[in-house]
Amino acid sequence: MTGTGNAVRPAYAELSHWLKEVKPDVLDFRRREAELLFRRIGITFAVYGDPEAQERLIPFDVIPRIIAATEWQVLTRGLEQRVKAINAYIGDVYGRREILKAGIIPDDLVYQNPVFRPEMNGQKVPHDIYVHIAGIDIIRIDADTFYVLEDNARTPSGVSYMLENREIMLRLFPELFSRYRVAPVENYPDELLATLKSVAPPSASAEPNVVLLTPGVYNSAYYEHSFLADKLGIELVEGRDLVVKDEVLFMRTTEGLKRVDVIYRRIDDDFLDPLVFRVDSALGVPGLMSAYQAGSVTLANAVGTGIADDKAVYSYMPEIVKFYLGEEPILKNVPTWRCRESEHLAYVLDHIEELVVKEVHGSGGYGMLIGPKADKATIAAFAAKLKADPKNFIAQPTLALSTCPTCVEEGIAPRHVDLRPFVLSGRDRIRIVPGGLTRVALKKGSLVVNSSQGGGTKDTWVLDG
Amino acid sequence: MLSRTADNLYWLARYVERAEYIARILDTTLRLTALPLTYVGSTNEWESAVATAGCASGFFEAYNEANEETVTEFLAFSTANPSSIRNCFESARLNARAVRTALTSEMWDAINGAWLELKRWGNGPRSREEFASFLRWVLGSSLRFDGSAYRTMLRNDAYWFSRIGVYIERADNTARILDVKYHLLLPAEEHVGGPLDYYQWSSILRSVSALTAYHWVYRENVKPWLVADLLMLRDEMPRSLASCYENLVQNLDRIANAYGRQGPAQRQARTVRARLENSRIKEIFQTGLHEFIDDFVEDNNRLGTAVSQQYLL
Repeated sequence: MTGTGNAVRPAYAELSHWLKEVKPDVLDFRRREAELLFRRIGITFAVYGDPEAQERLIPFDVIPRIIAATEWQVLTRGLEQRVKAINAYIGDVYGRREILKAGIIPDDLVYQNPVFRPEMNGQKVPHDIYVHIAGIDIIRIDADTFYVLEDNARTPSGVSYMLENREIMLRLFPELFSRYRVAPVENYPDELLATLKSVAPPSASAEPNVVLLTPGVYNSAYYEHSFLADKLGIELVEGRDLVVKDEVLFMRTTEGLKRVDVIYRRIDDDFLDPLVFRVDSALGVPGLMSAYQAGSVTLANAVGTGIADDKAVYSYMPEIVKFYLGEEPILKNVPTWRCRESEHLAYVLDHIEELVVKEVHGSGGYGMLIGPKADKATIAAFAAKLKADPKNFIAQPTLALSTCPTCVEEGIAPRHVDLRPFVLSGRDRIRIVPGGLTRVALKKGSLVVNSSQGGGTKDTWVLDG
Repeated sequence: MLSRTADNLYWLARYVERAEYIARILDTTLRLTALPLTYVGSTNEWESAVATAGCASGFFEAYNEANEETVTEFLAFSTANPSSIRNCFESARLNARAVRTALTSEMWDAINGAWLELKRWGNGPRSREEFASFLRWVLGSSLRFDGSAYRTMLRNDAYWFSRIGVYIERADNTARILDVKYHLLLPAEEHVGGPLDYYQWSSILRSVSALTAYHWVYRENVKPWLVADLLMLRDEMPRSLASCYENLVQNLDRIANAYGRQGPAQRQARTVRARLENSRIKEIFQTGLHEFIDDFVEDNNRLGTAVSQQYLL
């Protein structure tokens, strides 16, 4: 909330007044009310490996995170640029491979990457869009510097929290909204549907049939899947609802089989089609890839987009932006040491107690070492893992993430936050709804914002001029 | 709509209906067993409750004796009995969760709220009073769900499939009560109903919430053949077999009109309704009440299968 020298940043001035006026017990009462609402609506997520907490609430913090209009404009341009580059890169990797020929990205990083899908080699996708929905995790270091922490180009989740958090805030704090001009986010479902329809295969009718494919009720993000299907007004399907006949995809309805044109899939590549990927997948649709390859159905996101969002490829993103767009990247990358390179590895091992070391394919805050927080034994064990398979790791400095006032046990205190805006790429244009998912580390000093590790969420207010 | 969605809606409605029915059986049994023995005779009402709930074989695998403690546990709170009230709510909510997009927020709220509140009751009541208030809560939850469906759902196939679930389950439940209690309704020669019979007959009525309705329809003392008439053949009685089938035919016809196609389910429902319409209670008693009910239960199951095959698979 504060910039350098502890002055309250202008965007937060009004909130700061308000927080001084409002009585602590009112805030506490609203907080409990919010929790009841979330519980009642049923916004829960599952934590893997914790049967007791099969359905848990993500803690919600009632104090909003505020982004000024000028800041948002910079972010928007940066996000568009980055997602354009990601799409160009994926098309290239499965096409002419110019970036490999130019020696910018090492071959083995692509070919030996477990998320590289040889099935996609030479495969055309409608309008050359691979990543229709991207979630780009952003952190801010100081007033003017945004870094991208991570690109999510497979099946990014969390957008339901962006929408529900706003609903709850509107219900609980109408007064606070009257003090700010907050840009609305409620048009996200419309924008998403327009995006999905715009990439329907040429064979589809004028009103393409779009469905959302979910792994089912036991998936941790199932609430979000059903929420989005509802808001979009499309069918929420599971693999068993779909069937492929003569390379065309159908869904089973009470009136017989009905053709499907676009799948917004929230299921990983591995599980899409047991005939091509994991044979033990009961979640997918046998023959789906044959329909996809025949071009009779569009998958959003495309198959094989993981090649753009692992943490090793991440470190090349500035080069990727320059290579395809010929522009300087607007959004910075966090400085990253690639442990695959021996000089970098040596540096990382020397400075391991200052660094954050992450597995290239890890996510959700799992499989990482936060050097300054770890004890000697943990560091030694992690260093051994790192030496055994350096390619599998990257390292980054621990950053002074910006903080935002947050309701915690001892009152209102600063906590570290990040931001995940959602970028929609369609045939006609890129759409970004002004807002996103703000995640907050509720433990004092903690930098881990993941919900599976005790993180919470906030509403994100982008100011409208 | 997706076949699976229709299937979930159908079963969601069935499970809620079943939970209410089990609660009614338990409530009636509590009342009967609260009476002095001279009024109810030496029959084991708890055993009869298990039979009426259709869970006798499962019950006697788990317990040796049917008494208040074991039956209450098995029918209301057991996790091993798929038709216990707890499991009905559990299954209903699982089905609801799978089709949240097809439910109105009021319906979701009703079923999710009931499921959350169920935990408050723990593993059983500590007293009869507490148990009675638990049963009232179950009835209230079911009414709330049914009411929210009635008042908020669009009148389209989603609603119709959900109603079909309600009526197939309800017909099955009413038939089961008749099946277990039919011997009480058979007019013994020159039999004058004693107090014992009166309480048995009125308890049957009470378990389908028809005691007041009986008096309104017949304006007479409770007579066994009229109890049978009310539960089987009277259209105006919402839990009667005739009323269930009138609703089934109606809802199946709406689906057939919307989809532009009739099928085996529509024919089966019309056949059963015609049989109910053309029957008189006197004739049923002459040809055999028990046989009639047995046939009906089979026919009702056949309709369930036909609906599944035609729409839900």
